Amino acid sequence: MAAKENEKSKDGGISPSELRRMHRKLVPAMVEGDHTFASVSDKIGDLALKKKTPFHWFIGLAIAFMVAQLLLFTTIWLLLKGIGIWGTNQPAGWAFPIINFVWWIGIGHAGTLISAILLLLNQKWRTSINRFAEAMTLFAVANAAIFPLVHTGRPWLAAYWLFPYPNVMGIWPQFRSPLIWDVFAVSTYATVSLLFWYVGLIPDLATLRDRAKNKFFKFIYAILSWGWRGSARHWHRYELAYLILAGISTPLVLSVHSLVSLDFAVSQIPGWHATFFPPYFVAGAIYAGFAMVLILCIPLRHWYGMKDFITHTHLIFCGKVMMATGFIVVYSYVMEAFFGWYGASQYEWFMIKNRIWEGPYWFMYWLLLLCNGAAIQLLWFKRFRESEFWLFFVSIIVSIGMWLERFVIIVTSLHRDFLPSSWGMYSPSVFDITMFVGTLGFFFTLIFLFVRFLPVISIFEVRTLLPAANVHGHPQDFDESVLEVESTYDRTDPPNRG
Amino acid sequence: MEKNLYGLLAEFDSATELVDAAREVRNAGYTKTDAFSPFPLHEIDEALGIKRSILPYLCFAGGITGMFSGFALQFFVHVIDYPIIVGGRPHISLPAMVPPAYELTILLTAFTAVFGMLFLNGLPRPYHPVFNVPRFALATREKFFLLIESDDETFDYDQTRGFMEKLEGQQEVFDVPE
Repeated sequence: MAAKENEKSKDGGISPSELRRMHRKLVPAMVEGDHTFASVSDKIGDLALKKKTPFHWFIGLAIAFMVAQLLLFTTIWLLLKGIGIWGTNQPAGWAFPIINFVWWIGIGHAGTLISAILLLLNQKWRTSINRFAEAMTLFAVANAAIFPLVHTGRPWLAAYWLFPYPNVMGIWPQFRSPLIWDVFAVSTYATVSLLFWYVGLIPDLATLRDRAKNKFFKFIYAILSWGWRGSARHWHRYELAYLILAGISTPLVLSVHSLVSLDFAVSQIPGWHATFFPPYFVAGAIYAGFAMVLILCIPLRHWYGMKDFITHTHLIFCGKVMMATGFIVVYSYVMEAFFGWYGASQYEWFMIKNRIWEGPYWFMYWLLLLCNGAAIQLLWFKRFRESEFWLFFVSIIVSIGMWLERFVIIVTSLHRDFLPSSWGMYSPSVFDITMFVGTLGFFFTLIFLFVRFLPVISIFEVRTLLPAANVHGHPQDFDESVLEVESTYDRTDPPNRG
Repeated sequence: MEKNLYGLLAEFDSATELVDAAREVRNAGYTKTDAFSPFPLHEIDEALGIKRSILPYLCFAGGITGMFSGFALQFFVHVIDYPIIVGGRPHISLPAMVPPAYELTILLTAFTAVFGMLFLNGLPRPYHPVFNVPRFALATREKFFLLIESDDETFDYDQTRGFMEKLEGQQEVFDVPE
């Protein structure tokens, strides 16, 4: 073995790229390339500051913005005509709007998982993806909130039964209902996500303020950064606040989708009335969310040259989280069917049969299994986990699958309940579809604007990943080995020569 | 010149030099000091003698307030102001009251954490004397700075400037005008 290595080095040694590959096997790389504090700040900051906007950004924004107009027109039409323009009607009194609401709010969960739970678990790979994952959360929750608001038909009249405020009628919301829990959970979630995102942005906005040449943008960034100057005392409180936010967001994110699932589980409809809904929904939310994180971060690293910060390691880890949560979801499907059979309630068993093979929506169930169950099997193989294309492909499939899951849960449970006389069929109207597609356009419009005007990767946190961030004599545990191996790249003699 | 001097600012290239210098400054007896870095440095707290903030206690108080106000709100609504029986459940349906109170606990904790942090930091503060030093713009990019304020008891312009110029690794010492 030793002789073999010596032979190799006589031929000129191991090439740096080969060494890098070997090193990556041992230590996952969080930042690649030879970066300094300045180069990190400039590379990420310049995305927001550079004068010339790439042409493809305009094309992307234009398409997304045009699609978003569907949402605007549908909403205006809905406010004029009422929610009768949707296909939602008895027996499927809940359909597309709540499917889309649950889908969007689920997507948001990965952002909070990355920013809060992975921070508490000291996972360094969260650092370069947390910023846009949090932005994704915020925009997804904004889209989700549209549906419950407009499904009231007259949102400006709906406030009194959504929020407890003393109104002239003396009426209060019903706090024993999961729907009002949902209002509290989702509005808290939106607020805390915004705070978390904004607090993370403050030091980076100060970086942009100090680097901006354009007076107008300098002024805007100065206002938004609140006069941040990087004082040690400020950092001390800042880190405490950040940690507390992470600690408090963790139970929050787990509670939000749990409460969303209780909207269903507290009712007595077969197919909804199940105690395992909260963990099932939370796992599904994280599954869908990581798919959306990958859908966003693969083009970002590819087209914006962020491969140094969003490395293969990040993609692989996201793929693995997706796989793990995917299997929890598949397990839930199996258990759902098992409970229907084992529970000895004829209505539950009928619901399972109706959903899987006897009912008119059987193909939706099998499509769902194909998307959520079969597609992730690709990720067992390293070839697919490491490929941008395949990860992107699987993520799209999973996003579709998670939408189908909500369709299956909601529509197949509602359309045939206890009494055959009240059975019916559901099909969406054109406005159901334009509204959903419109929210996609709105989401990507916001993402495009975010990518252009704000730092998409947390600059100050990426700085802490660099070897130079270690204070001598107080080594931080995470990249000491990176430091050693990185330094060997520059040596003329290969490290294995002894 | 010295009358409207806010303090002296030394520039460093690396985090290690900043922390070592901060330790020396503290040992020399200066108390009105501050350090500036482009990312949080845990070692600087001990080196500069920064006390642990009271922020966590404020957040705890905020959370408790949120929880009690959540329960109080529901108690007022369902027991005092408009008692009505729904689904045969008691007026005080405690388990059903948990989720709103839980969410309000989190909401007020988060508000306290963010606004408490900003308040204790004295932010927003768009103007600060250190911004008068042009090089200070690099504090949010790559450089590290150490400040000794002129109203420190042991501050003496010539002596302090001499002391700072001797600090290992310092690149330049700047006068910070008020």
